[in-house]
Amino acid sequence: MTEATYAYYPGCSGLGTSIEYDSSSRAVCRALFMKISDVPDWSCCGSTPAHTVDHVLSAALSARNLALVESMGLDTVVTPCPSCLTNLRTACHRMEDAAFSAEVNALLDTPFKGTVQAKSLLQALIEDVGLEMIAASTVKPLTGLKVAPYYGCIMNRPPELMRFDDHENPVAMDRILEAMGAEVVPFPLKVECCGASFGVPRKDVVAKLSGRLLETARELGADAMVTACPLCQMNLDLRQEQASRAVGTHFEMPVFYFTQLMGLAMGVAEAELGFDKICVSPARALSLIGSPASKPEGRKATSGGQA
Amino acid sequence: MDGVNLNASYDAGFVEQVQQESGQNMSLCYQCGNCTAGCPYTFVYDIPVSQIMRLVQAGQKRRVLECASLWLCATCESCTTRCPNEIDVARVMDVLRHMSRRQGFAARRPVKVFWDTFLESVRRHGRVFEAGLLASYVTKTGRVWTDMDLAPRILPKGKLKLKPHPIQGREEMEKIFKRFEARGGRS
Ligand code: SF4
Ligand code: SF4
Repeated sequence: MTEATYAYYPGCSGLGTSIEYDSSSRAVCRALFMKISDVPDWSCCGSTPAHTVDHVLSAALSARNLALVESMGLDTVVTPCPSCLTNLRTACHRMEDAAFSAEVNALLDTPFKGTVQAKSLLQALIEDVGLEMIAASTVKPLTGLKVAPYYGCIMNRPPELMRFDDHENPVAMDRILEAMGAEVVPFPLKVECCGASFGVPRKDVVAKLSGRLLETARELGADAMVTACPLCQMNLDLRQEQASRAVGTHFEMPVFYFTQLMGLAMGVAEAELGFDKICVSPARALSLIGSPASKPEGRKATSGGQA
Repeated sequence: MDGVNLNASYDAGFVEQVQQESGQNMSLCYQCGNCTAGCPYTFVYDIPVSQIMRLVQAGQKRRVLECASLWLCATCESCTTRCPNEIDVARVMDVLRHMSRRQGFAARRPVKVFWDTFLESVRRHGRVFEAGLLASYVTKTGRVWTDMDLAPRILPKGKLKLKPHPIQGREEMEKIFKRFEARGGRS
């Protein structure tokens, strides 16, 4: 029924707080000829709250979507969101157990047969499309921009479940950004938690954990942080002033989604990349990006005083 | 920490139940402390995660199910990834939360109330309705929205949608929750 290679699961935040991640992801897929098709009438995977209630309930909320992917005749679903990914993968994995699977399917109208795998968009980009193709698609290199890629805690962990990249020092985003001309700093807190979903009930916790990430990125001289997770981006960007107060400083660190920078490098129209949705203005960081001809040394003079 | 008379309060059934529900062998934990060392939330925990593991081994049901740490664990998977004995520590934390919920130990924890409100939103609309979730959390906790400073940052971005995105399969979602409840939680 569809020409698509992948089913696409945007996740709830893709409709709201991470709308620019969603639109830039779609734009990048299109530019790279990755054929995606939305899971029809997809529902929330239950995120963290569901698995803190019960593992069968949590798996059922994911499995409803996995069964929909089966109905599309596809065997791989990609999602930009690591939290959705964890839930989808956990459900697939645990449902290999027949007894568990029966319990889950008993909650559903349409049972999940188990023929689907879930991948992050990042994984599909690097493993299926490949770095060469990504590099070749670069028309406006990110030369002159120094970035700290931040993966968040669950994109690669636990390794037995996620089976992608390195669980202590993931490099997928580093490689993509480098291939597109950016300078990548060796960011040591790549997989440290930003405070996750505690923003509302315990913003003190988020301020402290995100503050540490922002501080480290700044100390390394990064012009921007780059994320692959809606929650990470929101904590670091929207709550940056709260983090500033917690650490007793003033951060001004733009926080991009990696797909926004990819899209930019591939010449996607900026309207689709949603830079205007970022709270901390990315204008200065974007102005550092030179044409292919401009040499990286040029940036020192313009970026000056960021201690 | 208060003293605990381990013999008097040892609950063998509790240890057994944690092992069975989590599929982990609790006796493998030799208290190396790796999980606690990597846990980003130790600074707000009342009991560090390795000590929770120890208290489970020691059958200290009440201490464990009452502790605040269970509601501050973000499931960041650092402990699970770094445990030398391959214990899925984060899964144990999850299972302890399940037990704590079922046995009514944590009704008023703000984090729990937030998570419950989130799931109600999913149940009602099929997808999370962020603005509605926030409003209903504030109503339930009687806390004023402590994030007033964020309003001028996020509202002009048009990202906080003021209407839900209901799905067609709303009844199907309701049935998932109903069937789950009818089953009375985990069998
Ligand atoms: S890392 Fe594993 S063995 Fe070490 S204290 Fe934690 S649970 Fe026990
Ligand atoms: S999963 Fe929970 S207990 Fe384990 S390290 Fe992360 S926050 Fe700490």
